[in-house]
Amino acid sequence: MLSEFRMPALGADMEEGTVVQWNVAPGDTVKRGQVVAVVETDKGAIDVEIFEDGVVREIVVQPGTKVAVGTVLARLEAAASAGAAAPASVVHEDARSSVAASRPSAVNPEASAEALEATAPPVRAKVSPAARVRARELGVDVATLTGTGPGGAITVEDVEKAGVTPRRELPGGMRDAIAAAMSRSKREIPHYYLSLATDVTVASDWLVARNASVPVDERVIFAALLIKAVALACRELEGFSGFYREGRFEESPSVHVGVAVALRGGGLVAPAIMDAADKALPALMEDFRQLVMRARAGRLRASELAAPTIILTSLGDSAVDAVFPIIQPPQVAIVGAGAVGMRPWVVDGQVVPRQVISLSLGADHRVTDGRLGAQFLARIASKLAAPETL
Amino acid sequence: MKREELAAKLLAMVTDIAPDVDPATVIPGIDFRDQFDFDSMDTLNFAIALHRELGVEVPEAEYSRLASLDKCVAYLAGKVR
Repeated sequence: MLSEFRMPALGADMEEGTVVQWNVAPGDTVKRGQVVAVVETDKGAIDVEIFEDGVVREIVVQPGTKVAVGTVLARLEAAASAGAAAPASVVHEDARSSVAASRPSAVNPEASAEALEATAPPVRAKVSPAARVRARELGVDVATLTGTGPGGAITVEDVEKAGVTPRRELPGGMRDAIAAAMSRSKREIPHYYLSLATDVTVASDWLVARNASVPVDERVIFAALLIKAVALACRELEGFSGFYREGRFEESPSVHVGVAVALRGGGLVAPAIMDAADKALPALMEDFRQLVMRARAGRLRASELAAPTIILTSLGDSAVDAVFPIIQPPQVAIVGAGAVGMRPWVVDGQVVPRQVISLSLGADHRVTDGRLGAQFLARIASKLAAPETL
Repeated sequence: MKREELAAKLLAMVTDIAPDVDPATVIPGIDFRDQFDFDSMDTLNFAIALHRELGVEVPEAEYSRLASLDKCVAYLAGKVR
């Protein structure tokens, strides 16, 4: 049975995208989670995965073509074992709907980082030395390429083809996309805002001691503690992690924490750390590190952009005390964090210097009230107070 | 390793971590943070790259010694063969 692989919607207001590159050709066998195409959107160049095992039968849209969300890009002969009803891409029956890609039902739970890694080629592709040098110059990751040289070797030409995607430029439409999403948010979502300053001296000290005792590549930054604390709080209190659509809220069964990543050229993206509540801190940190690097190199995956059930925006590296964050629809909450800094703090009746952070919450009043929001922030703070449990 | 060679290597590492920065525009005497918002994640990635490529393990407490290209060269010159 033939199924259709369509242009996914990678955000609330994406209407079209340009196919930049196909990593597969007709006759190729593909596995669920495999990156099959690169699509240029107003969020940059995005790696788009397929969500079904099968064999590519037809490439419908050629590279360089801009098409609307939901347009059939390729046709696929589904593998019998994959189940004929499985969706061929992140979005299926109502891909035209702007929020379709963000629906929890459309995000395949098996498309987690582990599953994606499991589908990576088991052997390193052969790469000619010249191609390797060129890849370095262009910032192309050769592991993502399909070689056309002898024995499937990656050639200079393959690298240059992949390198045509602009990596250093801010996509012209990103400002427009942010404007559209935030305008919609402020128009439709009755926000309420809360903030809570909390003593994180214990967590800061714990982190310093931990990082001093592990190899450099296992160090963890404070923002990773925040991600885990937010994810765990979502597990305990309903109403913050999920989607509001067609007049009602639906809690997401999985917590995928989107992290707002500022891009140096301006603009930002908020890709998700999948199943953040279930990940041990070292694994979460590694995912976070890879995600930020790929976000800045313009190599995010479609599933990562579509998945967030709640967002964390941390301005901890700037000097601001607090953030008053705006929800990204169709989500219903966003957590903000200011910089951790030494403040006068009262402990046992004495004013003492402590490391303090201001946590904030922007939440949807159609779904929760300030009382529950206050509990939610307090829950995050209590997780941070026991860093060894994160 | 000569200082110029070390500086060139360090610059390549920094712009690998921050692919959106043009190496030609980096000013050696000004902190990376003030020039192009090098953040705590970038600094960690830089420390990992220094360990991997130069075999130098920089303790977290000494990250401030890596703040600019000039500071990096001064700090690392004695540590790299």
